[in-house]
Amino acid sequence: MNDSGIVLDVQDLRVDIDTPRGPLHAVRGVSFQVRRGETLCLVGESGCGKSMTSLAIMGLLPRAARRSTTRLAVLDEDLARAGRRRVNALRGNKMAMIFQEPMTALNPAYTIGEQLAEHYRHHRGASAAQACERAVELLEKVGIASAGQRLGQYPHQLSGGLRQRVMIAMALMCGPELLIADEPSTALDVTIQAQILRLLADLQAELGIAMVLITHDLGVVARIARQVAVMYAGQIVEQGPVSELFAAPRHPYTEGLLACIPVPGRTAPGTPLGTIPGVVPSLVGDLRGCAFHDRCRYTQPACRQDVPVRQAPPGRQWRCIRTEAG
Amino acid sequence: MAAPIPPVVADIAVPAAAPAAARPTWRRLRHNQALLVGGAILLLIVLVAVFAPWLSPHDPYVQDLTHRTAPPVWYDKGTWLHPLGTDQLGRDYLSRLFYGARISLLIGLSVALISGLIGTALGMAAGYFGGGIDMAVSFLVTTRLSVPVILVALATVAIVGGSLWVVILVLGLLKWDRFAVVMRSATQQVRSLEYVSAAQAAGASTWRIVRGEVLPNVVPHLIVIATLEAASAILLEAALSFLGLGVQPPLPSWGLMISEAKAYMFFSFWLIAIPGSALALLIFAINLAGDGLHQWLTPEDKA
Repeated sequence: MNDSGIVLDVQDLRVDIDTPRGPLHAVRGVSFQVRRGETLCLVGESGCGKSMTSLAIMGLLPRAARRSTTRLAVLDEDLARAGRRRVNALRGNKMAMIFQEPMTALNPAYTIGEQLAEHYRHHRGASAAQACERAVELLEKVGIASAGQRLGQYPHQLSGGLRQRVMIAMALMCGPELLIADEPSTALDVTIQAQILRLLADLQAELGIAMVLITHDLGVVARIARQVAVMYAGQIVEQGPVSELFAAPRHPYTEGLLACIPVPGRTAPGTPLGTIPGVVPSLVGDLRGCAFHDRCRYTQPACRQDVPVRQAPPGRQWRCIRTEAG
Repeated sequence: MAAPIPPVVADIAVPAAAPAAARPTWRRLRHNQALLVGGAILLLIVLVAVFAPWLSPHDPYVQDLTHRTAPPVWYDKGTWLHPLGTDQLGRDYLSRLFYGARISLLIGLSVALISGLIGTALGMAAGYFGGGIDMAVSFLVTTRLSVPVILVALATVAIVGGSLWVVILVLGLLKWDRFAVVMRSATQQVRSLEYVSAAQAAGASTWRIVRGEVLPNVVPHLIVIATLEAASAILLEAALSFLGLGVQPPLPSWGLMISEAKAYMFFSFWLIAIPGSALALLIFAINLAGDGLHQWLTPEDKA
């Protein structure tokens, strides 16, 4: 265990996917760190590479995708250089993932109890009775009533919200240090979404784990994260503490995103919400300069050249040639 | 920034695990008529095959040329000495029918087993790994499909001579194509589901995933194909024996019995009708039971 409490350290993560038209740069040099007890939200629109980033960290990329990175360390162990056996020993044990779709993330052929117990027994070498005890304990922790009875049920007998709770319990079985949640509430209806997110935030705070939450919902970010990283076209265009970033976005894309959200009380009825003109650029082939330059209202010729990463306290970073917002 | 977090409330009150849910399978078995009827007929045939030596009134190989083509008991001249009559060599037809069930079941079971092992291994490998392995398996399947089974059987019998084991091996080594095709697509389907990724994310090795996550979810398909293939192998054996390429006399195979009786079918119709009906009944029972098993095993229906 290191002193700095950094659980996940990602440096210059790149994911390329081979397509007939050339390599598609899905993730282009993403770097971030997550400390123990901290939640980082990765936000961005569809196709910006946020899911690819999470899959790359877990080593679950599709076959056509290639990962390269200078450092991808979980608890100071570099996954990019670790053997398959070592990675499998870490996955599920020290790092766990919650998937987007609770309806297909549970195996229909096994009961909840069997699925909860399986990987715990595999990683910990625990007996069936111990695993069962742990499963009941965690099902209760994620707010499932009559947990003992649930163990004998099959996934199709549970509602979507309950399944997602089971998924969370399953991810926590081995007491992971790092939890990656890829849009855990997207497939659920709105009232359940709020419950699941609160549950995740609660558990994260209670267990003091590091969490990476992937979402496209800025409202979610505001509610549960301390750190946020905004992704656009495979890059993190801005990151920093949530309150500062929301109060004073430095990158024009973040600014545009925040302008799209209706704020109760401030957005008058009937007035149009903000939009970002243009479309997301293709990520195939060689890319240079700021990916946002053709949609940006502050664009200037220098945006076509390499853009520096600017930094400012407290821990803010953004990729723009402009030094300050305004 | 973050709003205070209210306590978590359980989403819904799911009807607290109805007692039926604890033992899903036995309860559902009673409502599964296909499996009950098919299984009962199949069980009867299996019992007859297993206990043939005790059930048969006569030795199936002993010829009695003075009692050739004696009619079954329900004909005017029929007697209880030979309830189903005798064949053209005076052998007791009921005994031969009982012993013939052994051959048919043995062929169905062992061919389904051999071809099922080959086809499932190939199909699951192709479906799970894709890429080059998939292409290689697909090539093998198309190659296999271009080879007519009867022709290969003909050639093999010409080279090594016909026997029960030659039939089983030829059919077993040739009939895996449907297993491979179905297992391939079923595996592809399961592989793309999130619980496979979830298992990977939980640190399961490829072998554990294939065996523990994928296989249980493709077994219902496997059962259906196995029953279809067993039935088709039994029919093929009958066809091969009819052509003189399969089981060799004096073994009492149902196909061979039909073949041997074909010269007498206008005068002693039962000689062909009895083994024919037995064959039809067996195929019917296997298919019915297979359908029922599929319904019974499909995980989505577990309730």
